[in-house]
Amino acid sequence: MSNDCSDRLGDLSDATKYIDRLNISSVSAEKIFSYLETMLLIRLAEQAIAKLITDGHVKCPCHLAIGQEAIPTGISDSLKKSDYVFGNHRSHGHYLALGSDLNKLLSEVLGKATGCSGGMGGSMHLSSQETGFLGSVPIVAGTIPVATGAALAAKMSAKGQIAVSYFGDGSTEEGGFHESMNIAAVYKLPILFVCENNLYSSHLDINLRQPSDTVSRYAKAHCIISKVLDGNDVVAVASCASELIDGIRNGAGPAFLEVVTYRRLGHVGPDENIDVGVRRSQKDLDAWKKRDPIKRLKDAIVDDGLSDLASLENKELEIQARVDMAVIKAMDAPYPSKEDLMKLVYSGRVNE
Amino acid sequence: MNNQSNYGEAILQGFQYLLSNHSNVFAIGQGLWSPWYVGNSMRDLENDFGKDRVMDTPVSEQGCTGIALGASLCGYRPIVIHPRIDFMILAADQIVNQAAKWSHMLGGNGNRPTVTIRGIVNRGGEQGAQHSQVLHSWFAHIPGLRVVMPATVQDARDLLIASVLTDDPVVYIDDRWLYDDEDMLSPPKDLTLHGIGPKRLRIGEHVTMVGASYSVKLCLQAAQQLEKENIESEVIDLRVISPLNVEKIVDSVRKTRCLVVVDGGWSPCGLAGEIIASVTERMGPSRYVANRITIPFAPAPTSKVLEEIYYPTTEDIVSQVRENINALNQ
Repeated sequence: MSNDCSDRLGDLSDATKYIDRLNISSVSAEKIFSYLETMLLIRLAEQAIAKLITDGHVKCPCHLAIGQEAIPTGISDSLKKSDYVFGNHRSHGHYLALGSDLNKLLSEVLGKATGCSGGMGGSMHLSSQETGFLGSVPIVAGTIPVATGAALAAKMSAKGQIAVSYFGDGSTEEGGFHESMNIAAVYKLPILFVCENNLYSSHLDINLRQPSDTVSRYAKAHCIISKVLDGNDVVAVASCASELIDGIRNGAGPAFLEVVTYRRLGHVGPDENIDVGVRRSQKDLDAWKKRDPIKRLKDAIVDDGLSDLASLENKELEIQARVDMAVIKAMDAPYPSKEDLMKLVYSGRVNE
Repeated sequence: MNNQSNYGEAILQGFQYLLSNHSNVFAIGQGLWSPWYVGNSMRDLENDFGKDRVMDTPVSEQGCTGIALGASLCGYRPIVIHPRIDFMILAADQIVNQAAKWSHMLGGNGNRPTVTIRGIVNRGGEQGAQHSQVLHSWFAHIPGLRVVMPATVQDARDLLIASVLTDDPVVYIDDRWLYDDEDMLSPPKDLTLHGIGPKRLRIGEHVTMVGASYSVKLCLQAAQQLEKENIESEVIDLRVISPLNVEKIVDSVRKTRCLVVVDGGWSPCGLAGEIIASVTERMGPSRYVANRITIPFAPAPTSKVLEEIYYPTTEDIVSQVRENINALNQ
């Protein structure tokens, strides 16, 4: 018996591959433009947050997902507002892709009472009940069991809802991840586990943390159906997620989606942090910038004649204006009141 | 109609009441289909209410506790059971980082984490360091958690019902040493923890004894012995150790000027010290004596010779009270 780990990402983790324009022929123009709009909104909102950090307005830790926008955009396409979605420390995109309120995101990052979590959570604790985004937390793998519980609730309620758990490759090294996968499999729970494998957990490259760079092998071990694909191809992500989610809704039990991408910025904050990451190089980063999910979609749109560069530029300016307005609004919004510190700790009054 | 029950059966009746009257309640944890793990406190529930609502699970404390939390965020009121509280530490992230803080850190959005986490204390019998702990002080340190410890048969049932129907994460801790205690139970009804706090079980002039769970039983036994020496003890059953309301204790100590707190846990940073500190802050300059009776600051031993000196006894309390009263009379 060999104990080598032959299961590997191969080309999927090679920055010089998967750089061509996307194949968008199977998708309607309307859908393609909606993907582009969502991805641009996430990108521009995160760039605005980066600027708020640089300018000293935001102190709370912000983990940006620039370069990873295709994943939540593609997955959210198959989700309903009644589904239960849980995120992690890097969740601005998960939140926005579901159509959650932009103003409330920027307010939350600034710690304002008008934020999506009332200014009590900041960037790492987002929630939007209206869109099914039940919560995000920075404890690595912390929400995976919670999302699995939402899937149990969905199964008990039998209304066709599903749960989605977003996590990074680092989470697959935590025990709670494996406990949840096992339980989801044994109870056949309606949940999509989404691992955004961006090849880094904090400063460490996945090859320094695991014997293989692909995490879908854990799904196989737990008898869960899995797919591995380029996470910077929104069309491929949407199509694969749609197929898996259909199965989950039809009672097939859990599914696992490993989407391979690259964390363009450091673990936290607005800088590229080339010096912080072990085995992280400018060469890799420059190559991955060419595998950009937005650029590849734009190239396809122009090549296929769905639009021209000038129109796309105008579209981007419109979204930038929306983001700018949201920033101004958030900056002007009030902070939480001092009473908020104590009033949310327990239901009702305490020490009655 | 009232019925005669023991503590273990009273917990069972709490489960039966909740599962019969609240369709959003379910129980999940290890060993629920085996009396070996949960004694008589959950007997036949899986047959009466179905294995979908009384789920025996894989060996995954963290996973199961997180699952119960997740279901609570979707409108359910799950009870997750840890048949030995020592193993509940494996679920600490879900209890301390997630459930306790969920509402606060998300600004009160969405459903509150209406999850009850039941930890069973199972000491003695030469079970040793990892099968004998009481860890209530850990959980009482965390804002957002309510921590309840029933001492009586009635509370074993009623505090379970109240925990499950309160819109907060609640740690409910019961003690196997109390399972055979008997009492008459009135019919069950819907309750919440709002308004439930420490209760005076015995009125006295000379000493205030405070305990929770099994320690209350020790206090009551000590009070009976001291009565023969004409020492009248006031005994206060804490019931809810977090958030803690010490007003009744303060009132009592103003009268007795003598406080003895009995706790089955360790002293450092523990419940007994917290009570003495909280009372002292409210007493002002008045003179009074206070002591805590706790277990030695060592892990639980297995050898029966060591076990005999490990747990507090009625005798320990009686002699401490005598000493305090002598000091006050000097």
